[in-house]
Amino acid sequence: MTEPLLSIHDLTVEYQTETPVQAVRSVSLHIMPGEIFGLAGESGCGKSTLAYAITRLLQPPAAITGGSILWRGTDGISTDVLDLDGAELRAFRWSEISMVFQGAMNALNPVHTVRSQIADIFIDHRTKLNRRQRTARAAELLHTVGIDERRLTSYPHELSGGMRQRVMIAMALALRPRLIVMDEPTTALDVVVQRSIIEEINRLRREFGFAVLFITHDLGLLLEISDRVGVMLEGRLVEEGVPDRLLNDPRHDYTQHLLRSFPSLRGDAPVTGTRYVASKGVTTP
Amino acid sequence: MTTLEAVGLSKEYRVRGTGLRTSRLLAVDNVSLIVKPGETVALVGESGSGKSTMAKMLIRLTEPSSGTILLDGAEPRPGRHASKDYRSRVQMVFQDPFSSLNPALPIRHQLARPLRIHGIVRTGSEEQRELVRLMETVNLASGFLDKYPHELSGGQRQRVAIARALAPRPEVLIADEPVSMLDVSIRLEILQLIDDLKRDRNLAVLYITHDLATARHFSTQIVVMRTGRVVERGLSDDVIVNPIHPYTQLLVRAAPDPKSPPFVIDPTRYLAHPEVVIGDADPDLATWSPECHWARAWDDDAALAALLDAVAV
Repeated sequence: MTEPLLSIHDLTVEYQTETPVQAVRSVSLHIMPGEIFGLAGESGCGKSTLAYAITRLLQPPAAITGGSILWRGTDGISTDVLDLDGAELRAFRWSEISMVFQGAMNALNPVHTVRSQIADIFIDHRTKLNRRQRTARAAELLHTVGIDERRLTSYPHELSGGMRQRVMIAMALALRPRLIVMDEPTTALDVVVQRSIIEEINRLRREFGFAVLFITHDLGLLLEISDRVGVMLEGRLVEEGVPDRLLNDPRHDYTQHLLRSFPSLRGDAPVTGTRYVASKGVTTP
Repeated sequence: MTTLEAVGLSKEYRVRGTGLRTSRLLAVDNVSLIVKPGETVALVGESGSGKSTMAKMLIRLTEPSSGTILLDGAEPRPGRHASKDYRSRVQMVFQDPFSSLNPALPIRHQLARPLRIHGIVRTGSEEQRELVRLMETVNLASGFLDKYPHELSGGQRQRVAIARALAPRPEVLIADEPVSMLDVSIRLEILQLIDDLKRDRNLAVLYITHDLATARHFSTQIVVMRTGRVVERGLSDDVIVNPIHPYTQLLVRAAPDPKSPPFVIDPTRYLAHPEVVIGDADPDLATWSPECHWARAWDDDAALAALLDAVAV
C-alpha cells in the first residue's frame, strides 16, 4: 500500500478584495507517486489558483484561509507545505515540486538566452556547481527533452512554440522533482505539437518517475492521458475518478455537460451548443 | 447569393536577414477552393501551413503573388474603394477576441463604425435600432453596448467580433480560428452561432481551424493544407473517417478523442479505398465535384517521410 505523495485536505483560498472571492472551496484530493492527475474546468473555476497554492506561489490579496497540503518526503515523514517558510520553502520548491507555467509563448524571459535561464535554477538551488558544470547540466537537460544543445545560446523568440514548451519542461525537470504541476502546458499549441509534447511528458515520466498534476480545460485530452481526473466548478472539486468511469458514467451534471461539449472526432456523438446552467442545489450544496 | 472562389492562389514572402541573397518562402502554393452560399468549408492544417495567409488574401489584407479571387465569378477591382465594396460582401472574424477589439472604445463604437462606413445606417435612430438588432443576432443583451472590451469575457468578446463582422451584411464570412482562444465548454456555443447564422442568412462560411473534430461537425467539405499546399480534400466525413494522405492521418491521430479507439496511421490505407483519387496536381475545381475525395501523391515527400518516422518511434 503506497502512501499518497501529496494530500490536500479542505483547502480554501480566498482573494481578499473588496468583495472577497473564494476561488478554491474546501478541495480535497491526493496524488500518488508517479501518476498523472488531470484537473479539468473552465476559466475562472479556480484550477490555476489551486496550482499556485500547492507551489506556495500565491500573492496577496490571495490567502489560504483553511485546510492543509501534506507532502510526503523521501524519508516517509509528512510535512505541511503551508508551514514551510524561508529557507525550507526555498529548498522545497523546485527540488520537490516544480511547475510548467501557462502560456509557453510568454513564460520565458525574452532578453536572456536559454542557457542563462536554465543556469539560474542551479545558481539559486545548487550553489556548489561552477559555471562549466551549470552549462553541462543545462545541455544535458535540453538533450533529455529532445532539443539540440546548440540551442543553449538561442533566445526564446528564435524557438518555435513547441520548443519553448520543451525548454519549460526541461527547466521543471532540472532538480529531479517528484511532482510537476503543469498549468495548461499545451493550450497555445496546435494538435500535432501538442501530441508530441504529451508523448514527451509520458516518456520522461517513465524515465524519472515523477507525478504530474495536469491542469487544462480540455477534458478530452485529460481523459486520454490521465490516471485519474478531477473536475472543478466554481472552486469545488465536483467529481473525481478514473477516465473510463468518467467517460462512461459521469455523475455530476457539469461533467456530463463537459463531455458533451467536445464532439468526438470519429464517433457520431450529437453536438449541442448549449451553455451549462447549474441547477439549483447541485453546485452549491 | 455569393460564391467565393480562390483560383490557384499563391503567396511568396521574401525573407530578409538570412544572409542569403534571395531567400523566398512560398507560404501558399497554388491553392484553389470554392465556398458556396449556405455551405461551410473547413480549411485545416497545423501552424505555418499557410491557412491564415489564405484568409488574409481572401479578405484582401495581402495581395496574392499569383492567382485570382472570384466573387460570383467576377474578379474584384484593385484600389481602396473597390476593397471597401469587397469587404461589405466578405467579412472576417479573427482568432483572438482579446486583441481584435479596440480596448479604448465601447462596444457601441466598434459596431457603429462598420454600420456608418458601409452606409447601412444614416441617422442616429437607425443606428440604435441596427445596433440592438446586431446584438440580438449574437444573443447578447443590448446593455453590453456601453461596456468596454475588458469588461467582457472571451466568449462575449468573440460574439461582439461576430456581430462586427455581420454589421455590413456580408454574404461571405471567413472565420480564422474563431474559437481556439476560448474555453472548450463555450466553443460549441460560438460555432453553433456561426452555423445558425449561416443557415438564417445563407452565408458562405470558410472555417479555418486546426481542430478536426469541430471541422467535421460544422462543415460539409474539408480542405487539408500542409506547407502551403492542399494535400487532401473531400466531404468532411470522408476525410475524417478515411484519411488517405499520411499527413491527414497524422492530424487525426494527434487529435484527442477519448470516445473512440486510438487511430492507427497506415500509409497503405489508400489500397482499401480505390474511390479516392490520388494525384500530383491539384484537381481543376471548375470540373471537380466536391463529393470526390482527392489526396496528393506523397511518394517524393522527404519531409513527410521523416515526420512519419518520428511518430512511429
